[in-house]
Amino acid sequence: MKKLNLAILAMFAGILYAHAQSAADSSGYKNRKLQLEEVNIVSSYYHQNGDHAAVTGGIGTQRLTDLSNSIQVTLSKYDAHTRKHTWNIELGIDHYTSASSDNIDPKTISSASSADTRFYPSISWEMENKKGTTFGAGISLSHEFDYQSVGANLLFTQKTRNRMGELSIKLQTYQDQLKLIYPIELRTNGNNGNADEDDYGTAGRKTYSASVSWSQIVNSRFQLMFLMDAIYQSGYLGLPFHRVYFSDKSVHTEKLPDSRLKIPLGIRANYFLGDRVILRGYYRYYHDNWNINAHTASLETSIKLSPFYSLTPFYRYNHQQGAKYFAPYQVHTSAEEYYSSNYDLSGFDSHFFGAGIRIIPPHGVFGIQHFNMLELRYGHYNQSNGLQANSISLNLKFK
Amino acid sequence: MTIQIHRLVLLGGITAMLLTSCTTVKEYQKNRLNDGEMTLGNRKVEKTEQSFQSYREGASGANGAKSGGGCGCN
Repeated sequence: MKKLNLAILAMFAGILYAHAQSAADSSGYKNRKLQLEEVNIVSSYYHQNGDHAAVTGGIGTQRLTDLSNSIQVTLSKYDAHTRKHTWNIELGIDHYTSASSDNIDPKTISSASSADTRFYPSISWEMENKKGTTFGAGISLSHEFDYQSVGANLLFTQKTRNRMGELSIKLQTYQDQLKLIYPIELRTNGNNGNADEDDYGTAGRKTYSASVSWSQIVNSRFQLMFLMDAIYQSGYLGLPFHRVYFSDKSVHTEKLPDSRLKIPLGIRANYFLGDRVILRGYYRYYHDNWNINAHTASLETSIKLSPFYSLTPFYRYNHQQGAKYFAPYQVHTSAEEYYSSNYDLSGFDSHFFGAGIRIIPPHGVFGIQHFNMLELRYGHYNQSNGLQANSISLNLKFK
Repeated sequence: MTIQIHRLVLLGGITAMLLTSCTTVKEYQKNRLNDGEMTLGNRKVEKTEQSFQSYREGASGANGAKSGGGCGCN
């Protein structure tokens, strides 16, 4: 882990050094050499606790801590036809510890999933021409002990002739594979009863999504965006180590349908009020064929304390009607075809609020010229079922 | 169902009113729209928040964030 962090730091230092050697172009001439646009480093700490862990059938601790770090490098160049090519290269690393995952096999000191590290590199390319048309493509990978994912996407965007509106279409797929790690008492010789890592069976999960959005400038202070996704998932959509206790006290592993269609519709609205305040509003309606209906609304206010410092308090509310396959501990019966006691699928209200600070000094953060921006954000999250969480995130941008 | 249709009609009406009231904004008039905090997409600092919300809630998507893949949580 330490070696990996050093490697990332070395890569970052190399990029900054290379950038420091290139002279700034102030002539308006479109430089056809590959140039570094920006480097973003995002680090986050997330901690949650609650009493409804899915691993223990809807009862038990949900304590989880996640530390994530990612570095994203954006490079660009113009080609002979004055088309702008942009590459985004990202490497992310998450490390988490989970008390509930440790209960997959409570007899061990620490089970395989009690702590894990996830690596997720990705690369994407976009090409924009003078007519405001953009084509793009990207691939992504994600690896953790019991879950592997390969993703790919295609992007098309078209600006209107007067540059007031933009249509965007994105097609994505994720092809995932998970290890079938069952709770210890449900293991047999056929499903990793020997507890040897190589003996775990596997199952697939596929996700296909189409995202369409339209963004529109209404006037010099106000812009809107309409978003619609259609997401189809198939394969093993539950998790094998989620226990379900029936009313007869027997224990089973979660069983969910092998397909799911999700339809979220969203709208964003940003308004610049006066000279110092920006209002960022968002609303989403969500429906899926597991009968989850949800309404999500958020408002963030960005208050410019000066042209270079902003304070951003925010509030987000979510109301969710639970999936038809959810029931709490010892409520499901053997007559049901599908069953889950995962409270992520239950009905609840959630509130998320906090504040951030954004610093963009003209001569760089701490006087370092290439250190363009620093943003720090804290949020507290709670659900009406008792789950509480806190997150703190830091974004450092270098240009 | 009837209430949902009424809501959709209301939302469509408001949207139509907003879009028909659009005025052409010249490039030199876009200084406020081009402010870094006016971006209609997600800011990078929100990435972790959107990830945990998609894991801890049944709803996801229509916000530019990931809607599947990459983690056993969703």
